[in-house]
Amino acid sequence: MNVVIVGCGLVGRTVAQQLSNENVDITLIDNDYQTLKTVSDTYDVMGFCGNGASYEVQVEAETSKADLLIAVTPSDEINILCCLLAKKLGAKNTIARVRNPEYIHQLEFMKEDLGLSMSINPEYAAAEEIMNLIRFPQALNVQGFENGRLNMVDLLLEEGNPLIGLKLYEIYKKYNIRLLICAVNRNKEVIIPNGDTLLCENDVITISTTQTELEKFFEAAGIRKKVIDSAMIIGGSKIAYYLTQKLVESGVDVKIIEKDEQRCVQLCETLPSKVQIVNGHGMDEDTLDEEGMDEYDAFIALTGVDEENTIISMYANAKGIDKVITKINKMSIFDMIKSADMDSIVFPKLITSNIIVSYVRAMKNSVGSTVKALHKIGDRKLDALQFEIKENAQIIGSPFKNLKFKENNVLIAGIIRNEQVIIPDGNSSIQAGDSVIVVTHASDLHDINDILR
Amino acid sequence: MNRKMVRTTIGQVMIVEAVLMVLPLIVALIYKEYSLLLPFIIPMTFLAVIGYLMSRKKIENMTIYARESFVIVALSWIVVSMFGALPFVLSGEIPSYVDALFEIVSGFTTTGASILTDVEAMSRSLLFWRSFSHWIGGMGVLVFLLALVPNAGNRSMNIMKAESPGPSVSKLVPKTKETAKILYTIYLGITVIEIILLLIAGMPLFDSILHTFGTVGTGGFGVKADSYGSYNAACQWITTIFMMLSGTNFTFFYYLIIKTYYKAFTMEEVRWYYGIFAAATIIITINILHMYSGVFESLTHAAFTVATAMTTTGYATTNFDLWPSFSKTIVVVLMFFGACAGSTGGGIKTSRLVIALKYCYYEVKKMLFPKTVNIVKMDGKAVEDSVIRGTNVFILLYCFIAIVSVIIISFDGFDMTSNFTAIISALSNIGPGLSMVGPAGNFSAYSNLSKLVITLDMLLGRLEIFPILLLMAPSNWKKSKKKR
Repeated sequence: MNVVIVGCGLVGRTVAQQLSNENVDITLIDNDYQTLKTVSDTYDVMGFCGNGASYEVQVEAETSKADLLIAVTPSDEINILCCLLAKKLGAKNTIARVRNPEYIHQLEFMKEDLGLSMSINPEYAAAEEIMNLIRFPQALNVQGFENGRLNMVDLLLEEGNPLIGLKLYEIYKKYNIRLLICAVNRNKEVIIPNGDTLLCENDVITISTTQTELEKFFEAAGIRKKVIDSAMIIGGSKIAYYLTQKLVESGVDVKIIEKDEQRCVQLCETLPSKVQIVNGHGMDEDTLDEEGMDEYDAFIALTGVDEENTIISMYANAKGIDKVITKINKMSIFDMIKSADMDSIVFPKLITSNIIVSYVRAMKNSVGSTVKALHKIGDRKLDALQFEIKENAQIIGSPFKNLKFKENNVLIAGIIRNEQVIIPDGNSSIQAGDSVIVVTHASDLHDINDILR
Repeated sequence: MNRKMVRTTIGQVMIVEAVLMVLPLIVALIYKEYSLLLPFIIPMTFLAVIGYLMSRKKIENMTIYARESFVIVALSWIVVSMFGALPFVLSGEIPSYVDALFEIVSGFTTTGASILTDVEAMSRSLLFWRSFSHWIGGMGVLVFLLALVPNAGNRSMNIMKAESPGPSVSKLVPKTKETAKILYTIYLGITVIEIILLLIAGMPLFDSILHTFGTVGTGGFGVKADSYGSYNAACQWITTIFMMLSGTNFTFFYYLIIKTYYKAFTMEEVRWYYGIFAAATIIITINILHMYSGVFESLTHAAFTVATAMTTTGYATTNFDLWPSFSKTIVVVLMFFGACAGSTGGGIKTSRLVIALKYCYYEVKKMLFPKTVNIVKMDGKAVEDSVIRGTNVFILLYCFIAIVSVIIISFDGFDMTSNFTAIISALSNIGPGLSMVGPAGNFSAYSNLSKLVITLDMLLGRLEIFPILLLMAPSNWKKSKKKR
């Protein structure tokens, strides 16, 4: 498959990295020669220097032969123009990143005319992910499938957690709750567990289940329940805007601290009046104390500077706030941040690139299924894929205990059938029309049949 | 430094060499040279076993950076040469290891310089191995590996860059593996066509295969003492044309294949390359007209010699050492220039020359009018500063290395012309020089030290200096503290 990516920023780079490992031919267009050179030296892609929205450059880069053009430059307008041009030249599909809330509705309205296959709003996607974390405050990370019907929740087993020292089958037997532990991260080593895997202190486990079942499980296992009624947000960015709307909807008190007065006024105009907006600097202890940060259940650092977010979050952690969420833009400091003791981290760029990658995988018309969504779990080392099962898939009908799966490499973490979530066991089987969530080590799974030996 | 990755890749290269040695083995069987079977089988076994042991373990961290690539390329070439020399020594036809090493490095680097005093006395299979090494070295053994290995990893482009000649190496298609495949397909295509044409023109099969290897790899090993002198004009012209084609940037052929003729024929480097060829041929034809029986004959010799010097092949139809000094000087100057980037030829490369000339012109202009702003352009696009700097450094290093080498080999007491042209011909991967090392002579008279210096120069020239130079940098060998 032929993919052209315009814009060598963080998202462009992450998508290029992901896809170049999946046997996709990638051409990158960017107008900065040095960035382009670094990226094309690092990944197996071809670089093309020039303005992606110009006709000559697109002709030379042969976007006409592309199956997909992804426009992820910093500017919305250029992205839209790129897609428009590529579509005219003959590209089959186009994806544009559009972030400005003012364009969002307009895009839906003009999608046909612009020839856009999909538009991505990373800020909105990030807000959704943060919202998930607020819903499950005990979790380090939450990935929702099918609008949050099924969730994958990362849980750190701190000292005193009743699950420590148990084997998985003992846990399933003891609590008798419909859930599956689908990944265990121990000292940076991530495994897909089986029934005999023993849980230790400081493991991070990934649980696949529904929200109600999870709450039952927390209760039964005596894991301290946190409820978030109030949240303080530092930085009035676009993510803050989307997030606040969602928080208010679910009845959470929100206070936003934003340093730019103009932006504060803007937020006041667009957000519901019950939201408190404070004009102050998040890097100022006095401001934070004066606004009563330790009275809040959740603290979310969303400024544009990664370093500020990190420091503010560390301070909030030290103050003992229940849930601290940090937004980090630079993927390049992923490991550095992980080694610092942070609660929950959100990477908007990663979310965006996951959306794009799952779209590309879905495009690769496979025989028995199509990929509907892709999430990275277990320290980014595992893929959780959602497949839509077509009628001719081999796997249909037979109970799992009769099937031969690739050893230690795949796990079926959930089935969504007629909007109902089924947590599978050995007797479950798949039917046509199901949505199946598979956890795997392999990074190039395209079809549900690939999980069989 | 990711040593595991270096070790594994070199192991793979060794296995590839072992497999390639099967061909001369078959030749030995065909010509019933049974005493030569063992000299091939022994190194093959060593290569295969050591190569297997080195590349057996699967490694997790495949990440390599530019410096690993340089080290991989430099070490691979050294290892491949060291084992490639063994058949000559074991068969007893070139008893001294230094001589054998010289010969095989001259083969792999597509130089074509020889220490043999009597080529025709060599056995067929060894002659085949010698010429076949041109073919392998022409496009590069690691590029070959990249085309074969199923998952070359993300940073494989670095390896290709380190091995392929030219100031800025770029891909033809997004995947390195595919690019490598395309290059080898074109290469193979040219090879097959030339063999067929030479056969039609009346050359025996064995000779035409070996000469084709020498031509498309721009090497220059032949099977006869007088190189191309005894073949008919048709063979000579076919070889002239194919030398020029092999010295052309392969991107040109790719553009032709995908039918973007416009891009192909506007490639500035290719235009300069053929321009220089035409000009030099005409000048020399006129200059040597009195020595031959007619315009056609002098044109044939002039075109052949210009092509052989420019593409750094090193065949000869006539002893150009006897030509007027004006023509000889032009031939030596052409040896400096070399072929196009992205071809199998050596030398400084036409594109570097063009960039350097344009840069000099603009710098001089800037001295006259200090406020002018100029940028160097190639193919209508601005050349990046880093490329210009790389070009300048390359040309400077090339000259420095040439000077130092000439000084070292002059201890042997031979004349200046021989020494100077010997080094130029080694660094540019040509083969013959003038005077003692001219088309009729060879390198056997030099001492072992000089031979080693020339051998090193050939490697430096083929890998475009940097990989070998960086191999010697101590900072390359620091161990990373944490075990990966």
